Amino acid sequence: MSPENRNYMPESDVVGLNLKETELTLGMPGETRVTTDTGVKLGTKRGFSETIDLNLGRSNVKCHDKVCDDELENDVLGGATKSLTEKAQLVGWPPVRASRKNVMKSCKFIKVAVDGAPYLRKVDLEMYNSYQQLLSALEDMFSCLTIRNYLNEKKLMDPANGVEYVATYEDRDGDWMLVGDVPWKMFVESCKRVRLMKSSEAIGLAPRTPQKCSSTA
Amino acid sequence: MMNYFPDEVLEHVFDFVTSHRDRNAVSLVCKLWYRVERFSRQRVFIGNCYAISPERLIARFPGVKALTLKGKPHFADFNLVPQDWGGYVQPWIEALARSRIGLEELRLKRMVVSDESLDVLSRSFTNFKSLVLVSCEGFTTDGLAAIAANCWFLRELDLQENEIEEKKNDWLGCFPDSCTSLVSLNFACLKEVNLAALERLVARNPNLKSLKLNGAVTLEALQRILMRAPQLVDLGTGSFVLDRDPNDSETYKKLRATILQCRSIRNLSGFLKVTPRCLPAIYPICLNLTYLNLSYAAGIHGSELIKLIRLCGKLQRLWILDCIEDKGLEVVASTCKDLQELRVFPSDPFGAGHTAVTETGLVAISSGCPKLNSLLYLCQQMTNAALIAVAKNCPNFIRFRLCIRDPAKPDPVTMQPLDEGFGAIVQSSKRLRRLSLSGLLTDRVLLYIGKYAEQLEMLSIAFAGESDKGMLYVLNGCKKLRKLEIRDSPFGDMALLRDVGKYETMRSLWMSSCDVTLGGCKTLAKKMPRLNVEIINENDQIKFAHEDSQKVEKMYLYRTLVWPRDDAPEFVWTLEKLLFTPGVLLEDQWSSLTN
Repeated sequence: MSPENRNYMPESDVVGLNLKETELTLGMPGETRVTTDTGVKLGTKRGFSETIDLNLGRSNVKCHDKVCDDELENDVLGGATKSLTEKAQLVGWPPVRASRKNVMKSCKFIKVAVDGAPYLRKVDLEMYNSYQQLLSALEDMFSCLTIRNYLNEKKLMDPANGVEYVATYEDRDGDWMLVGDVPWKMFVESCKRVRLMKSSEAIGLAPRTPQKCSSTA
Repeated sequence: MMNYFPDEVLEHVFDFVTSHRDRNAVSLVCKLWYRVERFSRQRVFIGNCYAISPERLIARFPGVKALTLKGKPHFADFNLVPQDWGGYVQPWIEALARSRIGLEELRLKRMVVSDESLDVLSRSFTNFKSLVLVSCEGFTTDGLAAIAANCWFLRELDLQENEIEEKKNDWLGCFPDSCTSLVSLNFACLKEVNLAALERLVARNPNLKSLKLNGAVTLEALQRILMRAPQLVDLGTGSFVLDRDPNDSETYKKLRATILQCRSIRNLSGFLKVTPRCLPAIYPICLNLTYLNLSYAAGIHGSELIKLIRLCGKLQRLWILDCIEDKGLEVVASTCKDLQELRVFPSDPFGAGHTAVTETGLVAISSGCPKLNSLLYLCQQMTNAALIAVAKNCPNFIRFRLCIRDPAKPDPVTMQPLDEGFGAIVQSSKRLRRLSLSGLLTDRVLLYIGKYAEQLEMLSIAFAGESDKGMLYVLNGCKKLRKLEIRDSPFGDMALLRDVGKYETMRSLWMSSCDVTLGGCKTLAKKMPRLNVEIINENDQIKFAHEDSQKVEKMYLYRTLVWPRDDAPEFVWTLEKLLFTPGVLLEDQWSSLTN
């Protein structure tokens, strides 16, 4: 597999930036970076296709998948990353039964943040069938909170200091939404993470309800 | 001396010979032994349903009571065999039903089973006791209803990893009230079940020892079921989920108390969905477990998984997901000193992420668990040094299956092929029977295998080797080889045709994406009439008589005593049939017509 077959255009020629100078290679400190006439960089990490080619006495790399043939023509730097996505197209690899493929799919773990808590938690939304169940679970998890229902709006409160929290979530579009508006299944589909936001910050988002306890924190 | 004994004495002696291989050997001694053996044989194993016909089975073993049949080749598990390839059980069941065979047990693997087959089965054998279906397809819950309703003395119904269409019927409710003989019931591969019918069924079957539930069985239902069946030895939970704080839950408290009464559970699986905070309920079981299967329990990981493992000091077999990570495997190594079998499955096989276990975890296991004899390990990477260490620590492997996620990946530390590592394994484990290779491998590893793997029966090769010599090392060296499956490796006609007699000593050979040509396959088929050579030709790439030099995408050959099957679909060419059947154009006739 000769390097001449590859189309190699050094990036520095294209954009006028001296990318070569800042490029990372494997070499001893103080060594100059050598580029051969054919554009192969010495001292850089070999990609997947290069390792296959190492002196193993093969006249041609055995690989029927068109995928693999294309790989051999990639330039070194692109080879490693491209091979990973293309490998996903290999039929029957890794050798895993169909029944095992979806083991993780039956989980939807999302991060839950509570304002003021030092660390986040993760919950599996597939575990619950309703908002009520989710809020109960959050109540257990952040054991300082209890659920408070005002006018059927779901809120959480810390009885120790009366701080109220509003459950919000980030959806697929990146917008922060109030939990509870859409049907449960739709929520599970679109939710990426949950944040229990202090009511005091949720001006304009949370419904107006009478504050029974004032914050003393 | 044995010839002077009456047949009854011989038969009595043969009763002590139970393994089918030993009985096969017995039948070869002399005609007398052959005759006595065949009338007294009750259990028959047929590893390839196309190697023999049901009529010949019935003729030779009229007393058969228990039959095992296997259909599709192993690579069918990974979607390499197209739908409709074959493996139908219908002709077997019809033939057995017509005969006077008193079939009691049927075990099928990778076969196509229809509702009609199940219906005929259920009505044809009055003493039918046990049905085990593994990786089968083609039937619905209607077929299960027939089994439940008509097999009055059923002891075992074991459905493992089948594809079953679920109708709206209540098949479990079809077990009559008089059914009280169940010992084993496994319906984990189904999605739904009638809970009330299940609880009643369990209540009236006091001999139930093995029960594997599905995801529709809730925690509450589990508690009620266990109350009725404290004698269980083998339990597969369904949905182990609680939507409230366990400390506040009456159900959970009852479950804990009920589980304390189940002192016999030694095998535990399931947890298809799980609330980790409920796991303490099963801690008492862990102390006595010998088999734990968490390979579908994606919800158990991290510290909860570790806590669970730490309690399982008597574990002999462990199946888990790779979310256990190397650190978790170190805990296994320090806790499970009796471990014999470990299987680590990927939790995210096709995602872009990495597999979470590496050579570190495997080395830890090998050094903590010297009794390890069976391994299935799907990992991110492997080194020669690690494999050499594993070989030294565990010289007792019977099964060694290693799958590195990236095909043909070298040792990441030395960038060398993994020949030496696998070589160490085959050299040290003298009783190795099954081996799967992966990673960057040259002909050298195949040389080692041919030289040292004297007991090897099944070998899986993928993306390995450099030349025909590699395949020849294996064919020449492994005298006990029965199944060889190869994909994406550079072996061609020279290797295929060097020793054609070898294939009659084996059950089957699979080669896909290799370098064998149509011409090579035809030559083999012509030389060996007692082999069926099948070309699976999905994309219509090859016109039959043209282009003998064209490479064959998938070839499957197997020894057989019967004429090539007539149930093959269009895309499967059985070369024997095409070359030998009168009336079918011979290739030179074809060429002259089409050129």
